[in-house]
Parts: sequence; structure tokens; C-alpha cells
Amino acid sequence: MKICVCVKHVPDTAATIKLAGDNGFEDSEIKFVPNPYDEYGIEEAVSLVEKQGGEVVIVTVGKATAVTTIRGAMSMGAHRAILIKTDSQFLDASLTARALKAAMDQDGLPDMIFTGKGSVDTESFQTQYRLAKSFNMPIVNEVSTLTIDSGKAIAEREIGGGEKQVIEMSLPCVIGVTKGLNEPRYPKFQDIMKAKKKEIREMDLSELGIDVSQGKTMIEKLEPVPERSGATMLEGSVDDQVTELVRILKEDEKVL
Amino acid sequence: MAKTGILIEIENNTVKDTSLGVMTAAAGQEIYALVLGQDAAVVKDKLAEYGASHIVSITASGDLSSSPDLQSQALAAAVTEYNFETLLGTASATGRDLFARLAAILDQPLVSDCVQVNIAEKKVRKSHFSGKTFATLKVNGSVLLCTIRPNSIEPVAAPTAGELIEFVADVADPGLIKIVETKKAGADKLDLTEAPVIITGGRAIKAAENYKMLEDCAQKLGAAVGASRAAVDAGYAPHSMQVGQTGKTVSPKLYIACGVSGAVQHFAGMKTSKVIVAINEDKDAPIFSKCDYGIVGDIFDVVPLLTEKL
Ligand SMILES: Cc1cc2nc3c(=O)[nH]c(=O)nc-3n(C[C@H](O)[C@H](O)[C@H](O)COP(=O)(O)OP(=O)(O)OC[C@H]3O[C@@H](n4cnc5c(N)ncnc54)[C@H](O)[C@@H]3O)c2cc1C
Repeated sequence: MKICVCVKHVPDTAATIKLAGDNGFEDSEIKFVPNPYDEYGIEEAVSLVEKQGGEVVIVTVGKATAVTTIRGAMSMGAHRAILIKTDSQFLDASLTARALKAAMDQDGLPDMIFTGKGSVDTESFQTQYRLAKSFNMPIVNEVSTLTIDSGKAIAEREIGGGEKQVIEMSLPCVIGVTKGLNEPRYPKFQDIMKAKKKEIREMDLSELGIDVSQGKTMIEKLEPVPERSGATMLEGSVDDQVTELVRILKEDEKVL
Repeated sequence: MAKTGILIEIENNTVKDTSLGVMTAAAGQEIYALVLGQDAAVVKDKLAEYGASHIVSITASGDLSSSPDLQSQALAAAVTEYNFETLLGTASATGRDLFARLAAILDQPLVSDCVQVNIAEKKVRKSHFSGKTFATLKVNGSVLLCTIRPNSIEPVAAPTAGELIEFVADVADPGLIKIVETKKAGADKLDLTEAPVIITGGRAIKAAENYKMLEDCAQKLGAAVGASRAAVDAGYAPHSMQVGQTGKTVSPKLYIACGVSGAVQHFAGMKTSKVIVAINEDKDAPIFSKCDYGIVGDIFDVVPLLTEKL
């Protein structure tokens, strides 16, 4: 079984984002990591291949620096990788999906594709759907339980309020994963060393026939979400504090 | 006035408040409220009250509820039938899924989880970098597709005479996926992402059974109960209750955090709440520097008292 895992190289969620110009950010000083949701996909793919045989190929659209994220995925057990190079952190989701498809077409079609449920930088939650559509493959997103059995995938996804849907589909398919699916492994030292020797095939977006200027969404402006400047601390006995809080919420804030 | 379709979500024969907010986001446009595979007549008056001049009941020869692929195809057919320039929905579990499928079918740009939409200029505002920044995006498609973050736009009535229309979409299920079962949650719980008020218990809750204390309070507040990741990882709450970067993104009018320290990853999921209250026994807890009101105290004293006084 060949499994492709789409992995994005994103700023660590604990990093402070320093904005630059109207719509950019300083990316040279902050730590980048594999998109946290994608790690569940890497883990799932690697453990499936450990059981059933095959190979796990990481496919990344990103800057040249995304190599560190790819090596991280390889140290978790992925066999090889494709890096489709771009100049910007922000690429239109349609173009990203087209790039992923073109690379997979060249490399040979996978039996399964994993992605995260979304990426934590652009939070656009759609690339996997566009990719699935371009291959005419079934897709289920936000999957937290998965069983693969005789050419079929059975996936569970939450649809709100703790309610879950169980969805069946045939392989090949695209599965967008989320927390709860598994516990991503911590690579051992020898796995990290081994990962350094694994193959990364590099391609350029333009080589795949993709023109960045065709993007249909453009970020015009990035601005910090205003921070609260610190709480109004309530005073007095616990009873006084709670009474005052209820009054504020009802009368001043009008949220009750 | 742009022809704007709004995907309406209905629960127990009532339009969800979050859908009314989405209609308000399109105020001033020619609004078509789209009801998928359910009885639109029972909600017609409400939809007209909030500005829908057309209330479209969309059906197909197959059972629409059987597949999200079929639903998104029916929506795509409606976009073509009525020439919508804009289609908006709620960024709920269902809305996010359907809009992504729809965007792939139409090959049109989609912006998920917007907090503001300017239909005339085709500009939207949404969170980026796990809630740390807002991005303003300019969208250049022939149809503007957006899902709106629940509760980010307060519903405002804008009464019109709504006309009920039937639209039978000529679509067939591609048969790629099949819903084999729907597992109900224990009680009829309020969905976290759509709840107007949320009360969350962090690691300080110490045991699964102590969530009962928050549930009692939630009942008075009309709130949903959330959890931090530390509480989920400790087994006190299921992942479906987790708020934060690896859990749910919520934006209620009121968020009460009980025994939560205020990690960035937690804030990533609730930062855009209108009012944030923290209850924590540690006066130096980081959460107090980024919320609106704080009470220093033991949650096991403060919460029961709050329940009593509500
Ligand atoms: C990649 C990544 C993703 C993450 N995603 C999420 C996420 O989605 N959601 C999330 O929440 N976290 C997430 N985290 C974890 C996050 O960093 C914090 O560890 C977590 O939010 C802490 O939870 P907490 O505030 O409940 O626990 P703690 O940090 O342990 O805080 C407990 C607080 O309770 C107070 N307290 C204790 N007892 C009492 C009492 N009796 N009365 C009053 N106060 C009391 C303490 O003073 C303390 O401030 C993520 C981390 C990473 C690295």
C-alpha cells in the first residue's frame, strides 16, 4: 500500500508572530514545525504500513526551509518525500491542491492520502477537499477514528455536540485527520539519524505548470488580534465578587 | 444588491441563531434562504423576519440527508439556477464540510470561518495563525463562498415579505461515501461551537464527575460546557469538549474559564469571545492578563455560588 501524507511547514503555535509590511511576517527567527494535525496523519500512515506493508511518502508544498519539517516526518517513519517549492508561506488553496495532485500524478497514484483537518497558519480547511475532487476520490474530514479493511475505510467524524457520523468509503480515498485518532510517536535518536539519509525529491511549482498569479484569494492585510490589556479583578469576599460579576454581566456587558 | 444565498441550519424545526447571524452578515443584499431537504414552510416566517425575500426549499430525487456529496451537489445546482454572486453559511461542523465540498465542485475560492464579510468589495476578515492575527482577504471568484464563525455577527431583524419557492435539484449521489450510522451524544447537548455562552473547566476540575458542577451552572446560563486540553488528556472530559488550537474554535458572547491557566493554545480557540471571565486560585495565573474579568478563588467555592446567584 502506498500512502501519501500531505504535511505543511507552519510556525509553532507558541511562537510570537511578528508582522512585516501589510501582509507578511518575519519567518526567519521563529520556530517552524509540522502542522500539528498532520502529525496524526503521519502516525496513522506509518502504523498502517507497519502492519500491511508498503511505503509512506510525505508531500509538502512550501519554502525550501520546509526540509526540517520533512525530516521530522521521516524520523517518525515515512520512507521518502516530495517537496514542491514555493516562495511564499501563503499559497491559494486551489493552487496547493493542484500542486499536490500534479506531484502525485508524477510519482504514481497512492492508495490513500492523509492530510490534517486544516493548517494552523491559514486555517482555510479546504485543500484536502479540492485534492480529493481532482482525483474524484471520496473524502472525509475531521476524522478521529479510522479502520481500514479489505479495500474499505470506515471513518468517524464529529458533527457537533459530541454527535458522530460513521462513514464508509472505498480506497483510494482522502482522510483529513484530527486529534483523538492516535498518539503521534516521539522519534528515537537512531530514527532521526536514519531520516537524514532518506530521499527528498524537490520540484518547483512552475515545473508542475502552476502559476502563482492565478490564485483567487489574496491576503491584503495581516494585523494582530487586539489583546486584552488585563482583567478587571473583582474585589471583596467571594460572595461580593460573584454578586458583582453577575451584575456586570447582566447590566454592563448585557451578555446574560 | 447582490443575489446572496444563505445556507440555513435548522434544529427541532427552529432556525439556529447562528444562521440568523449569517443572514445579518448579508444585510442589504437580495437574500435567498436555502433550506436543504427539510420543511421550509415551518421556518418561513422567521427567515422572512430576518431579511430573506426568497425562501428556497431544496430537494432532489434522492434523500438529501444520506450524503454530504449529494447535499453539496444540490447546493451547486442552486448556485447555477439562481446565479448567486455570494453564498454564505455557518462555520459549523456541517457548514465547513459542505462548503469545502461545494467549493471543490464549483472550483471557486472559499474562505472559512470569517468574522466579517464585505459582499460589495468581496473582502473578508478571518483569523490566521491560530487566532493570533486577523487576515483581510480579497476574493476574486465569480461566486464568493464563505462560512461565518458562529456568534461573530449578532442577528438583527430586517422584516421582508418572504416568498416560498420549491427547487428540485437534478443531481445524483456520486456514491463515493456512505453514512452508515449516526452516533448520538449522551444527552441533547448544546454544540460548543455554536453556544452563545460557554463555561470551561481546566485541569483544576480534578475528576470527570466534577463537571457536574459546571453542568449545573451551564443549565442556568444556557451554556455549553468546555474543557482544556489538560483536562481532556487527564481523562476528565472527551475530546469533543476541548476548546483550543487542537480542539474547537469558539466565539461565544460570554466565556467563563474555571481553573484554566491561559495557555496560547487554549486562547487560540476562544480569544474572539466577546467577554472572557476567569476564575483561578492563583492571582498570578497568566489568564488574568488576557481576560476581561477575574475572580481569584477556588472554583469549588466560586462556581456553586455563581450557579446560586444566576
Ligand atoms: C501543539 C499543542 C496544541 C495544544 N492544543 C491545546 C488545545 O486545543 N486546548 C488547550 O486547552 N490546550 C492546548 N494545548 C496545551 C496548553 O499548552 C496547556 O498545557 C493547557 O491549555 C493547560 O490546561 P489547563 O489550563 O487546564 O491546565 P494548567 O495549565 O495546569 O492550569 C490549571 C490552572 O488551574 C488553577 N487551579 C488549580 N486548582 C484550582 C482550584 N481549585 N480553583 C481555581 N483554580 C485552580 C491553577 O492555578 C492553574 O492556573 C496545546 C499544546 C500544544 C503544544
